[in-house]
Amino acid sequence: MTPAIWNLIWQSTLQTLSMVLFSTIFSVVLGLPLGILLCITSPESQGGIRPKPVLNVVLSKIVNVLRSFPFIILIIVLFPLSRLVVGTAIGTKATIVPLSIAAAPFVARLVETSLKEVDRGVIQAARIMGSTNSQIVFKVLLPEALPSLISGLTLTIINLIGYSAMAGAVGGGGLGDLAIRYGYQRFRPMVMFIAVVVILVLVELIQFIGNRISANMMKKR
Amino acid sequence: MVFYVAILQVSVFLCKISPYFFIKFLLFPALRPLSMSCSSHLKVDIIIFMQIELKNLVRTYDTVHAVEGVSLSIPSNEIFGIIGLSGAGKSTLVRLVSLLEKPDSGEVWYEGERVDNLPEKDIIMRRRHLGMIFQNFNLFSSRTAGENIAYPMEICRYPKDQIASRVTELLEVVGLSDKADAPISTLSGGQKQRIAIARALACKPDILFCDEATSALDPKTTQQILALIKDIQRKMNLTVVMITHQMEVVRDACDHVAVLSDGKVVEQGTVKELFENPKTNVTKEFLSHLTPNTKDVREDGVVIWSDVPARYVLRFLNDRVETPVISDIIREFDVVFNISGAGIQKVGDSKMGTMVCDITGSPKAVEAALKAIRERGVKVEEVQA
Repeated sequence: MTPAIWNLIWQSTLQTLSMVLFSTIFSVVLGLPLGILLCITSPESQGGIRPKPVLNVVLSKIVNVLRSFPFIILIIVLFPLSRLVVGTAIGTKATIVPLSIAAAPFVARLVETSLKEVDRGVIQAARIMGSTNSQIVFKVLLPEALPSLISGLTLTIINLIGYSAMAGAVGGGGLGDLAIRYGYQRFRPMVMFIAVVVILVLVELIQFIGNRISANMMKKR
Repeated sequence: MVFYVAILQVSVFLCKISPYFFIKFLLFPALRPLSMSCSSHLKVDIIIFMQIELKNLVRTYDTVHAVEGVSLSIPSNEIFGIIGLSGAGKSTLVRLVSLLEKPDSGEVWYEGERVDNLPEKDIIMRRRHLGMIFQNFNLFSSRTAGENIAYPMEICRYPKDQIASRVTELLEVVGLSDKADAPISTLSGGQKQRIAIARALACKPDILFCDEATSALDPKTTQQILALIKDIQRKMNLTVVMITHQMEVVRDACDHVAVLSDGKVVEQGTVKELFENPKTNVTKEFLSHLTPNTKDVREDGVVIWSDVPARYVLRFLNDRVETPVISDIIREFDVVFNISGAGIQKVGDSKMGTMVCDITGSPKAVEAALKAIRERGVKVEEVQA
């Protein structure tokens, strides 16, 4: 284990972190509105505040299709899009595109479930006070569901760490890339082992932080 | 091709850098935001009459008739009770009256104005002048007690300083001034309902709906909440519609009452009329389950129905409970019993009856009667005036 390898591991860790960070941001940007739409357009019996059956079914189908796509295939399918958006199909930046698109429907479903768990009675109370639909979403649904949304976000980040490692298989950069190229293809199990340990530590850390934030939030309610 | 690529690039760019645009163009049209402000804070405190008229309301769920043809006139500035068993359609009825749902047919009129067929935007404006409290409070757990009260004013876009002062004022009205920053989960049931009442009153509503507001509370707290509602009704000149399945609530708080059964009004009138002369079986059933006013029941289970102080307390033990002692005495001696209270208690396996009464007649006769009563195994205590 030379200092050069350690340096490489450090670089890869940073790459993984930046991939996860940016893809989390973009997947939330895409997934949150989608999840809100999924929730409010669902039938009234399921907690929809503005039922739109057709829109709901269409959105739901899109989300299902994207979610059932195997990630590794999705990356390849989205190569042209990556090239279009960031100019290249390989490397850390390019991987952010398929990562965001893979995680967005996941985020959408998580948001949908969290919002649907908000007590119907509370929504009814907000309605009778004359809240508009957007006020119900932004002043009632989202704040009420916040602890659950935070847990969902933790889950998303952890999933993205796993996905970002997978992206290593097609030249995505980051710890997965390092483990495959240096550890597997060049027969250096130690590098693979360390890469895996770093991923493990990252996951553990994020889970811990997420749990703490959620718990603190619940304590104040 | 180039054109197609350009469009894609631009839209992806937009989605990427700008959640604002994403939300603005994709989300908001679906939500159809209604940017309105409500001017109720400019309302002068004058007596507002708010008579509610329901005309032949029908609301059906699938094949179940929740409300089938309810016509009611709810008088202004009074507490109007609607009582019914679960499944009688009272929850649906209150949802119809409070504009949360549209009836299949029939009309809702507020003070001479038809409101059930208003466009959504106007209905939202109307709702801002309604207050409602619920069985399970429905407070926002993401907000403190004070912030809960502030919510309706926030959505009506009151100025910040006005919200703050009104919150303080309302907390005082419901007697929880020290709880402004308390999280909802730290409050007791009674306190939660008080906060809910304060929240319902925040925008100075014309009508207050109480949907089983006391059903989750213990009897003592129920009385306190009812007292608070009555007090507020008087002070703010509200029209209160109280939905309940508890006859006690109707008796202790309401002026008028309608009895609902299977989606129909089967009886209505003043509370006094209903209690004195119940016409339908449903009403009689409700009255038979009525527990006495707590203040009239003494600790030993004796119900006092007369305020005239009585002189004697008779205690019947065991089998004496079942024998017609009083009748015998009346036949035997020339005395009159004036019973002002009675009760029965179970002590282990044996029963003890207690009767509070006055015995009148010539002093001699009374003396003899008392002696005879004692001889029959009934204990007599004389109440010292």
